[in-house]
Amino acid sequence: MEIPYTIQIRPDTGLYNAKLGIWLFLASEVMLFGGLFSAYILLRVGAEPGMWPHGWLNVTLGTVNTLLLALSAITTLLAWAACKVRDFRKFKIFHACTILLALTFLGIKSFEYHDKLIHYEVQLTNGKFADGHLIEKSTDFDLAKKSGTVTLHGRIVDDERDLMDLRSPAAQSAKLDEVTITAADIKKMENYGPKHNTFTAIYFTLTGLHALHILGGTIVIFYLWAFGGAMWKTDPERFTNRIEVSGLFWHFVDLVWIFLFPVLYLT
Amino acid sequence: MSESEKPVCLKSYFRLCAVVFLVVVCTTSAMIATSFSHIGEGWTLKVALILAIAVVNAFLVAGYLMHLLSEKKLVYTVLAFTVVFFIGLMGLTVWATNGFPPGTVNH
Repeated sequence: MEIPYTIQIRPDTGLYNAKLGIWLFLASEVMLFGGLFSAYILLRVGAEPGMWPHGWLNVTLGTVNTLLLALSAITTLLAWAACKVRDFRKFKIFHACTILLALTFLGIKSFEYHDKLIHYEVQLTNGKFADGHLIEKSTDFDLAKKSGTVTLHGRIVDDERDLMDLRSPAAQSAKLDEVTITAADIKKMENYGPKHNTFTAIYFTLTGLHALHILGGTIVIFYLWAFGGAMWKTDPERFTNRIEVSGLFWHFVDLVWIFLFPVLYLT
Repeated sequence: MSESEKPVCLKSYFRLCAVVFLVVVCTTSAMIATSFSHIGEGWTLKVALILAIAVVNAFLVAGYLMHLLSEKKLVYTVLAFTVVFFIGLMGLTVWATNGFPPGTVNH
């Protein structure tokens, strides 16, 4: 049985079915991410003065990822254009670039997540706060039994607010050192994972959902890249439409990052 | 006729992509410069400026890479509905920012 309107334009919509489908899907995606951006706004304006973090994320890595996604959006468009001019070899080259760029993006994102997961804030029993990246925990370290020591590369501050704005002159001039803390002096110790505070919660939610979209898009693009040859030989027009639809999704993922980057990294 | 139905010239797409990428680099640099500048007191003005630049960036991607500048009427209709609902969502969000229920505790 032939599926109708995979190539031909449907007279009443003016589009082939998959294209209308992807636009409807993207419309729903706008509302999904819109809801999360809405949550971000409410969390940010609801934070106590001085308690919303600034400068916690690596702007250089965020910028590199922005440019990687922009490049991948371009190679996606060129892959589609190559299909339109019936040049399968160029299609393969451009989409291979898209896949590599996407994997690099995910690699950098994983590095950023790892950096947050080994970054600890330690509330001390004397009311001060130690903050830094984990170097090592002694073999007998056990917070519940109050035994052992933990060593961080960071600093100790008097007030938790001093850890919020890492772009402030005080934070910029702070000297980072090796700090060793005994478990007996620790009141609470947690990493900068999603449960650390509302910023990290919304950061991991937004970027995690976005990364899942990148992963999903990469799998689809890889499938078309690796196994699309058969359809290209029998029905190149239909294959080109598939590339267009997957490209529209990929551009949407780029669009989301265009707003995620400034909202999370720059403001 | 939408952009995707027109005959394609790969060279013209190369030129278009080069221009788009150059503008994306410029707008991204502008956002970073704004973020680290000392414009205004606090973050309100900076956030507004940065988001305005992000909108320009998004327009480029949607308009040229997604061919939205030359799409069919039905796509615009779908997006018009999306815009209306999105504005409604953000409107409710802004409205709610000043209206935390009595007894709300900030930890």
